[in-house]
Amino acid sequence: MTLNTRVILICSGKGGVGKTTLTANLGISLARKGSPTAVLDADFGLRNLDLLLGLENRIVYTAQEVLEESCRLDQALVKHKQEPNLSLLPAGNPRMLDWLKPEDMVKIVDMLSQQFEYVLIDCPAGVEDGFRNAVAASKEAIIVTNPEVSAVRDADRVIGLLNTHGVKPVQLVLNRVRPKMMESQEMLSIEDVTDILALPLLGLVLEDEQVIVSTNRGEPLTLIGSQSPAARCYSNIAGRLQGEEIPLIDPAKEGSGLREKFRRLMQTKIF
Amino acid sequence: MTLRDILNKLLGRQPASAAKARERLQLVLAHDRTDLSPDLLDQMREEILKVVAKYVEIDLEGGAVSLETEDRMTALVANLPIKRTLSGEIKIKEQSTQETITSVAEEASE
Repeated sequence: MTLNTRVILICSGKGGVGKTTLTANLGISLARKGSPTAVLDADFGLRNLDLLLGLENRIVYTAQEVLEESCRLDQALVKHKQEPNLSLLPAGNPRMLDWLKPEDMVKIVDMLSQQFEYVLIDCPAGVEDGFRNAVAASKEAIIVTNPEVSAVRDADRVIGLLNTHGVKPVQLVLNRVRPKMMESQEMLSIEDVTDILALPLLGLVLEDEQVIVSTNRGEPLTLIGSQSPAARCYSNIAGRLQGEEIPLIDPAKEGSGLREKFRRLMQTKIF
Repeated sequence: MTLRDILNKLLGRQPASAAKARERLQLVLAHDRTDLSPDLLDQMREEILKVVAKYVEIDLEGGAVSLETEDRMTALVANLPIKRTLSGEIKIKEQSTQETITSVAEEASE
């Protein structure tokens, strides 16, 4: 069986900007829309994708054992009970003796491409070995960043590296957008970030406390069909990945009507 | 100037920080992308000025050599007001020459 599998790297450079949360929610969304999807945790030193998906107790094998041929791929894949279209594969575990090499990642992703339409690779933070491994196996990429100087700077570095590795297209997801702070111009605007990084915007994700709640429970927002701001954003991004035309959420419209009028008044140039 | 800026001024508050963030990012990225440290840029600026000064008299105070970035392309932009040519011909002071890194390199090799 040959599928036109899309292998998408989800990376950011800086840690803690929301790569893993995006991977988990996109994976669930794509699976719910009917596409067989695999999420590969390429961060084996500090893996967390299992925890966000609520699958931490079900991991027996990793890609490492598959490569050593001590188990089959389908034994290592952890199928999500509520969303059987989604499977998780951890690249390895922190106690692993031999580190994976870029060729190993390519091999594993090739195997996954035989049976999944989407392979989402949750990239480790940084630009060292773990990143290089993940890039080697990827065809396209999503850069996750926050509207903060350090996150944007690191994203820019990663974009440069993806360009030299020939990964394309590279699209941008702007995470943890706070409409109120953007309104009062105390946060980089969406245009600021897209202009600086010169990438097409795949979507933005509004800051949302429900993300933490869902992480606590190990149930991604998109799994429980939540209508919270971030959940809508994640599901929009998944739709756009599949080629649907979905307009961007306007953060300014997330506030009340009166507030919006006041905001415009405050930003009117008077001289 | 917007109403917000005036209000901030009246209340003695700092201006909104997003503009500052944008400005700092653009500067640091221009350096990151070229791998040029501020020291090296300074050194290059001095050498460029020396070369240009061999041909024309320039206004050292009004001149600027900087890195500018747009759409992931970084250019070295030199804005050097010319006071007069060495043959003594006086030019309008406001007139400036803009040179990208390629033209500067050509001039240096002459």
